[in-house]
Amino acid sequence: MKTVHRIVLLCLLYAGAVWAQGNLEINTPAISQLRDAMQARHAQLAPHYASGALGLTADGRIALRDANVVPLAQRQTVQGLVAQENGDRDALYREIARANGHPEWEADIRSTFAQRWIGRAQSGWYVQSGGQWSRK
Amino acid sequence: MNRLHTHTALTRRAHKCGQMTVALAAAALLAGCVTINIYFPAAAAEKAADRIIDEVWQLKNGSQTPATPEGKQP
Repeated sequence: MKTVHRIVLLCLLYAGAVWAQGNLEINTPAISQLRDAMQARHAQLAPHYASGALGLTADGRIALRDANVVPLAQRQTVQGLVAQENGDRDALYREIARANGHPEWEADIRSTFAQRWIGRAQSGWYVQSGGQWSRK
Repeated sequence: MNRLHTHTALTRRAHKCGQMTVALAAAALLAGCVTINIYFPAAAAEKAADRIIDEVWQLKNGSQTPATPEGKQP
């Protein structure tokens, strides 16, 4: 009887492990906070993606690719937003790797995000690949 | 009487052996899980990325479809 119990427990453990492989943990307070901050900032960034001032880089960040498109009065604000966004993005990739017990996954998570940001960008936005900017 | 006693002892030993086998199997299975989990789960990461991008870019209504892979420009 004891053996049966043990086998049941093992099956549960195994099922848990399989399930854990299908999903990454992204519901920690740190990750939620970063995500919410990025969501709030997006409203300010979106017009600059559309104008071509900002672009999505191949390393999962954003960059000011053409400052001349931004009115002079706003330039400093936009630069500040870009720095904040990149800080949050770096922290996000690091936090996801840490929350899943594998800090060494950070680079893989970053490149996965980079592909998805670029893949899902709206048409008209600038994206970087192989060091070159192109318009989607 | 003596023979019966030996028999019981043998059964107990066999039982212990079975338990050990189960314990070993458990250890092997768990080790297997840990080994598998060392590899980066690319599909799970993509799903996680998409969920976060949905939130950040407010794409949850599904109006934005995943575009073609990068590099394929029209």
